Amino acid sequence: MTDALALTWRQYRLERKMFWRNPSAAFFNFVLPLLFLALFGTIFSGSQSDLDVIVPGIAGMSIMTTTFVALAMNMVFLREQGVLKRLRGTPLPSGAYLGGLAAHAVTNTAIQLSIVIAAGAALMGVGLPDNWLELAVFVVAGVGCFAALGVALSHAIPNFDSAPAYVNAIFLPVVVISGVFYDAENAPTFLRDIGEVLPLTHLIDGLSAAMVTGAPFADHLSDLVVVLVWGAIGVFFAIRGFSWEARRG
Amino acid sequence: MIAAMDSSAPAILVRDLNKSYGNVHAVRGIDFEVARGEVFGLLGPNGAGKTTTVEVLEGYRTRTSGIVSVLGHDPASRPRALRERVGIVLQDSGVYRHATVRELVAHWAGFYPAPRDVDEVIELAGLRASEDVLARRLSGGQARRLDFALALVGDPELIFLDEPTTGFDPAARRAAWETIRALAELGKTVLLTTHYLDEAQALCDRVAIVKGGRILAVGAPAQLGVGTASRYRVSWRDDDGEIVTRETDDPTALLHQLTSAALARGVGLADLSVSRPSLEDVYLELTTEAVAGPEAIEGKRGR
Repeated sequence: MTDALALTWRQYRLERKMFWRNPSAAFFNFVLPLLFLALFGTIFSGSQSDLDVIVPGIAGMSIMTTTFVALAMNMVFLREQGVLKRLRGTPLPSGAYLGGLAAHAVTNTAIQLSIVIAAGAALMGVGLPDNWLELAVFVVAGVGCFAALGVALSHAIPNFDSAPAYVNAIFLPVVVISGVFYDAENAPTFLRDIGEVLPLTHLIDGLSAAMVTGAPFADHLSDLVVVLVWGAIGVFFAIRGFSWEARRG
Repeated sequence: MIAAMDSSAPAILVRDLNKSYGNVHAVRGIDFEVARGEVFGLLGPNGAGKTTTVEVLEGYRTRTSGIVSVLGHDPASRPRALRERVGIVLQDSGVYRHATVRELVAHWAGFYPAPRDVDEVIELAGLRASEDVLARRLSGGQARRLDFALALVGDPELIFLDEPTTGFDPAARRAAWETIRALAELGKTVLLTTHYLDEAQALCDRVAIVKGGRILAVGAPAQLGVGTASRYRVSWRDDDGEIVTRETDDPTALLHQLTSAALARGVGLADLSVSRPSLEDVYLELTTEAVAGPEAIEGKRGR
């Protein structure tokens, strides 16, 4: 057990190091959501009610980029490059490998959420989260859900060249429909109905309760359930379709 | 596990191995054994089933039928105890592109219970000069050396090398051969695949010639020549400038005849040579024959 933990830790440290050495990955993970935060913060700077929607929205989007987007792209790349195949031939347990990778994604999420929360409190009048426990619960559920869905999606992507198309075809509509940039209540009914089925809408609802409205946890249990159900679906397909090898012609 | 403790048991044992992908029968009843400390080669053209066979032994593929034992384990279940004792150089596989050679070797060392010294491995693989180079900046030859280094750092007993020198320039090939010879001297067991005859001849204690998913012949490179086409070949240029070739079991007598006749007539014997059938002759004889067989067409896809 200590051995598996030590290997997970080593893998985690390697992933961190590699991440910072790859400027484009670091950019997409950190700068892009912050750019959105700055842009929308400026656009809605006169209206506190809009800012109250934007900050938890960007927080939810950050969770999706650091887990879903990053893992889907990363797994396809590592699979295509043959890194997964090479690792599979070593004694490194797959649990230690995936654990290290997951911890890496969680760290990115934590860094990014801290920046979003700090910027929301300092610059956008949203204040610090009212309910840290509720925040933690939703962040953990969101990270698990979107990490699993990201790995699951990677199995459906045939090669790295097409990965950005697959990922963005899902990520961009989901971000818009789930009300990252506006209050989902104001959307047309059919969009709202679609949004009600998606996990990001419910994750943002939960984050909003924890960060802005201070609504009690009990009111948002159904949101948590939706996120967890999507997470379970993600885990099922992530494990079922796992392939360490690039597909041949 | 019993076999694993018995040092006289073969490192690898394969009995009637079959592997199909859908309708494609890539491996059709292969048998061979590799003794401990032996360098064994699977030699054959592309698509012969070499890589499929090796990947079954490495635990990457499950066999359709047959018996396989690697260091006393069944590789299909990929036990960690086995992976700790085996080093694998794949035909083509990547690494973390933003890590240096030294970082990668050190990281890989951490996977194994009793790794070799990182510096020693870098030296052995010939990477001393590029140890601080990022993996993505390595040349093809250096990247291959890194493959070797990562496969060796766990101090494995058994090393799989799948076409270790394909695409190398002659100097890089010689260097890789030196590394493989050094492994053999350390008492490691090596199973390599190649489609280069000279490589099989230079490195292997024994060679299996594979074609269409079957083994056509097994033996020491020199013996393979003797076994199938045992005659010596003597050739020279005659008075008309034509090359004449004679096959004989007794080259001494033939040479004596030729040279005394030439001396008597006061002429030289231009381009005189005596050769034994090389592995190449045997290989071409066997694999060309097999092309006529019906399985050659179906068995094209070997990996």
